[in-house]
Amino acid sequence: MNITDTYYLTFAAVLFSIGAVGFLVRRNVLVMFMCIELMLNAVNVTFVAFSKTLHDISGQAIVFFVLVVAAAEVAVGLAIIVAIFRRRHGSATADDIDLLKH
Amino acid sequence: MTARDLLDLVWIVVALPLAGSLILLFFGRRIGEPRAGWLATGLMALAFVWSLVMLAAMLSLPGDARSNTVTLFTWLPAGNLDVPMGFLADQLSVTWLLFVTGVGSAIHLYSIGYMGGDPRYSRFFSYMNLFVAAMLVLVLGSSFLVTFLGWEGVGLASYLLVSFWFERDRAAVAGKKAFITNRVGDFGLMLAMFLIVSTLGSLDYAAMDAGAGGIAHSTVTAIALLILLGCIGKSAQIPLHVWLPDAMEGPTPVSALIHAATMVTAGVFLVARAHPFFEASGDAMTVVAWVGASTALLAGTVALLQVDVKRVLAYSTVSQLGYMFLALGVGAYTSAVFFVLCHAFYKGTLFLGAGTVIHGSEDNQDIRTMGRYRRYLPLTGLAFVVAWLAIAGVPPFAGFWAKDDVIGDAFYSGGYALWIVGLSAALFTGLYMTREVLLVFFGNERFRAGQDAPVHEEDITVSPTVDYGTPPAPARLHDAPKEGSRHMVVAALILATGAAIGGLMNLPFEPLEFLTHWLDPVFEGVAEPHPSSFVQGLSLEVLAAIIALCGVGISFFTYRRGLENLDEDPIDRKLGPVARLFGHAWYLDDTVSTVVAGPGRRAANWLTYVVDAKVIDGAVNGVGWLFVQAGTQLRRVQTGYVRQYALGIVLGLVALLLYALVRAGVS
Repeated sequence: MNITDTYYLTFAAVLFSIGAVGFLVRRNVLVMFMCIELMLNAVNVTFVAFSKTLHDISGQAIVFFVLVVAAAEVAVGLAIIVAIFRRRHGSATADDIDLLKH
Repeated sequence: MTARDLLDLVWIVVALPLAGSLILLFFGRRIGEPRAGWLATGLMALAFVWSLVMLAAMLSLPGDARSNTVTLFTWLPAGNLDVPMGFLADQLSVTWLLFVTGVGSAIHLYSIGYMGGDPRYSRFFSYMNLFVAAMLVLVLGSSFLVTFLGWEGVGLASYLLVSFWFERDRAAVAGKKAFITNRVGDFGLMLAMFLIVSTLGSLDYAAMDAGAGGIAHSTVTAIALLILLGCIGKSAQIPLHVWLPDAMEGPTPVSALIHAATMVTAGVFLVARAHPFFEASGDAMTVVAWVGASTALLAGTVALLQVDVKRVLAYSTVSQLGYMFLALGVGAYTSAVFFVLCHAFYKGTLFLGAGTVIHGSEDNQDIRTMGRYRRYLPLTGLAFVVAWLAIAGVPPFAGFWAKDDVIGDAFYSGGYALWIVGLSAALFTGLYMTREVLLVFFGNERFRAGQDAPVHEEDITVSPTVDYGTPPAPARLHDAPKEGSRHMVVAALILATGAAIGGLMNLPFEPLEFLTHWLDPVFEGVAEPHPSSFVQGLSLEVLAAIIALCGVGISFFTYRRGLENLDEDPIDRKLGPVARLFGHAWYLDDTVSTVVAGPGRRAANWLTYVVDAKVIDGAVNGVGWLFVQAGTQLRRVQTGYVRQYALGIVLGLVALLLYALVRAGVS
């Protein structure tokens, strides 16, 4: 079985869609956070796939940047989520966090 | 110091009364009652002396080198338009300087007696000095804008002085009426200045002299007519004369100052000063002449039926100013200036005399309850009689020479209709002045004949003239009328001397036309009307004198015994239904009031409540409403649900992807 670009790209698209749909339908902040990570990594897979096909190393370099940003995002995001958990006594539903609307 | 250096110091004439005004404004109360008046009078006298110095300096120079412009500082540097604060001393402005300060000094002296005991004594003299200073700026200005500064200053001072006794409703209303009516004229003058700047690029009189001839005929006519509108307002010509009779509500010295020296002659001055525009237009001259002639006649008829000693004089001034405009309109500028000078003397005398009469008879102004005052006020009576002979045009008093000049000039210039109107107005002058003199100083004594009830002053919120027609019941005096104080009598006699011999300034014989020779360089290149022969001139003079004497005679036989019945004026009966028209001042004030209060008010209301409230405010509020509505609708998007925002992002992403795919497919 010959593995072509299409496989990588289809995989990435499926992974991204799962992430996007998961982000939209779930209420739990932690799960939504994990969905964001899924989407980021789907994009990483796409970058690497194109990098391999086009023989261009810059695609892989960008992946490192995305990882760095994702790591920073996790650090800040998790801190916020922990803070929300503490204030709201165990519930972390995204719909409850709507103070900015008012 | 040469004569020219001396002429550069002409600003001192303005500075003296201005300083007096400021000193009295800030320290007047501390200076105290008689001294404040003496300070103001002294400064006025000094200004008069300095004007004489200017005259002497000018006389030492040759005739065509007497005009001198001095620039004090740059007033308005505005791009291409550079307006300096400059004073122009030439024969015309120095003539005005002399009589404004001279007559002004006499009136100031008079006021020391007249205003004695007034609670705002020093304030009064501060305003008076301001009035004179503003008038001097007006005549000395070297450009239209400097003149306009004085023009507005005169308007302000007249407002302050007419409503000086502002506790009385009538005085406050009269002050407002004077100010607002003048604003109508000022508006015309401002438009004229805009036009001058846009055509000549400069407001200087020098630029006018050089460039007036080269302007298109329609433009120069517009400029001249707009200037005339300003002069009609300031010099109380029809139809803007309505403020002047009401201005009688001010203290009498103010009336004297307005009529004799500082205010109403400003219009005559400006037309004379701006004569290049009028000459270049030609059509505007005709308008000036007819405005003057109709004013002279109309105001003369109104004066005939007034019962207030000052209102007769007020309408008389309007009529006399009409003569001056008639003279200007036929190109007889020298005659107009001559008339201004003579008028200053006799009208000043008449007002000072009337003031003494009012002052001496418990503030009664009703000529129906006077009579035979010559017994009680002999010196004032003497001055008054001299001024009466002068204004009526009886030879050899000043008015005869001046008035016959003007009427004759109308004939020589070919305006025979103007000449006839002028002659009829002369008849009325004789009629109304003789009526006043006989009713006040001669005939039977009536000051005890009135009713005991005090004349109550009803709350009048409209003009006193509009309410005319049913004059209040004549009041009875308790004591015999008294002669005025020494200041008052001396001032009146000084001016009466001028009224008697003022004609010497310009006798109509070639070597004796001093004023004509003096003013010749100012009106260079203007063809003033002249009689074709000595006989023609003489016969016209005699005819005018006979007409004037007819007026005097008719009035004399009507009023020689005074009034038998206070409520029955013989002239009323003789004129029949016309009397009502004359007495109501041709219903001009009523018409103006009706128009302003009716359609005028409705138009203003429409502008306020429909145009302003609905259209203008509507547009502004509409924009606000639009944004409020847009915001209200848009804020629904801001739900606060993260998933909805995310959905938006995803949908947007899908849309972008689709767009990219379609484009890729097309290309």
